[in-house]
Amino acid sequence: MDACSLYDAVIVARSRSPQYSGAAKAETARAQGTNPLCGDRVRLSLCEERDGIRDLRHETRGCAICIASTDLMAETVTGRTKADALELARRFTDMLNSQSSSADLDGEAGLPGVLQAFLPLRTHRSRLRCATLPWTALGEALKHD
Amino acid sequence: MSISETDSLSHADLSHLRGQFPILSQTVHGKPLIFLDSAASAQKPDVVIDGMAEMMRSQYANIHRGLHWMSERSTEAYEAARSRVAEFLGAGSREEIIFTHNSTEAINLVAYSYGSLIRPGQAVLISEMEHHANLVPWQMLRDRAGIELRVAPISDDGDLDLDAYGALLSDGKVALVAVTHMSNVLGTVTPAARLVEMAHSAGAKILLDGSQAVVHRRVNVRELDADFYTFTGHKLYGPTGIGVLYGRRELLEAMPPFMGGGDMISSVTFEKSIWAPVPAKFEAGTPAIVEAVGLGIAIDWMESVGFDMIEAHEAALTKHALRVLTDVPGLSIVGKPRDRGGVVSFTMDDVHPHDIATLLDRNGIAVRAGHHCAEPLMRRLGLTATARASFAVYTTEHEIDVLAATLRHIRQFFV
Repeated sequence: MDACSLYDAVIVARSRSPQYSGAAKAETARAQGTNPLCGDRVRLSLCEERDGIRDLRHETRGCAICIASTDLMAETVTGRTKADALELARRFTDMLNSQSSSADLDGEAGLPGVLQAFLPLRTHRSRLRCATLPWTALGEALKHD
Repeated sequence: MSISETDSLSHADLSHLRGQFPILSQTVHGKPLIFLDSAASAQKPDVVIDGMAEMMRSQYANIHRGLHWMSERSTEAYEAARSRVAEFLGAGSREEIIFTHNSTEAINLVAYSYGSLIRPGQAVLISEMEHHANLVPWQMLRDRAGIELRVAPISDDGDLDLDAYGALLSDGKVALVAVTHMSNVLGTVTPAARLVEMAHSAGAKILLDGSQAVVHRRVNVRELDADFYTFTGHKLYGPTGIGVLYGRRELLEAMPPFMGGGDMISSVTFEKSIWAPVPAKFEAGTPAIVEAVGLGIAIDWMESVGFDMIEAHEAALTKHALRVLTDVPGLSIVGKPRDRGGVVSFTMDDVHPHDIATLLDRNGIAVRAGHHCAEPLMRRLGLTATARASFAVYTTEHEIDVLAATLRHIRQFFV
């Protein structure tokens, strides 16, 4: 079977065993993202402190891409400032929306390596939303506090 | 290709038939295309593709209004397609066939036009397994006209609950029943003749959404005694952009037009317009001329294969699919209707239907995944999405075997 590059080992591993599932202790904000096309739903639970995101947990009902994207988002934004997290969300989304399949776009510079596992989504545009759904929900959560 | 002896189409027949569908020889991601998404839209045989191109090359003009040779030829071809559809459905007359752009538009036409004759206090009855196309237009009518929308439940197996259906009809307030003749998710073929009889006994008219059913079985609207019947061309090996509404003549004549414009009037002044007789009253503007002709060719093609052959082949395929898919570890088939057409929806534990569909696609296999435009049905089944394999006259048992084998690999990959 051709498993295709879309399902990088880290994506499969995180979809099987998410490391950041559940609710944040001392939760300060919540957010939810849904994709009406497939029924995927991401629920985020955040603990924010003055210097940034202290904890981010999630309950995700969705495909492997969506679960892994949410889990890896939680990993990469924990400990970052709100501005940093929003900037990362923007760069991640820009990277996926880029028409170029080249791996050396400016937008990718500075993106944590684990997020680059989602690069092949550029050629599976019908699945882009699976990966961006948690980032959109995070943006909403951070915007509203 | 391994064709079992239960197939009514011989190996040679099926090879010959598949050879008439040029797309089936394509490769996808370097693999031979296995197209198991015909319930969404079927592939087209050469005769349809060539026939439509030939019409545009040699005998095309606008219809009904030109006084020239080309327009007359075009009009003849378009009206011949109407006659062909009338014959295909067993309609009482060709005037009972309205060309629309798809089944959705046909249902909207009835919801708007016949719906305007339904009064507050009356109800429309649908079922839990309707496609959004046979649900949303009735919700819109409910909200516009202050009527009631009733929903007949289904059993866990995916059959319509006839006792509940009867109970919902019993107070005599239902003016119109609108139900599917075959579910696009469960494959359930509903007992249409019984549903019609029960509706009529309760004083209701009935619309059957035949988008799926008409592809797989011979339908005769007069034998069914249906008041309205809808289907779409592109699932019937014909082109997109052409749909059909059959309506009983006296109902169509009593209904107001759906859209206003050219071709649907007898005379127009600034003060008033007088509607054309049916079917023109419901065909405002230039219709899908070439597509209607393409649909007529597709019907001819199906008749040349033979509905007995199509039905037997697809029944054998469905039986085979249910057997081999049930053997895939972790796979659950959705629904167990008494009578199932060539549609099998399934889920696999711990593997999301979209991941299934993407990985099947990487292996050349096209299936549908999602809620299949039937969100309320998904909720009723306690699911958010399923994967769906659907079969056509060109599907082979070998393709279903490859599907099952690939699903086994996919599960191993994720679980």
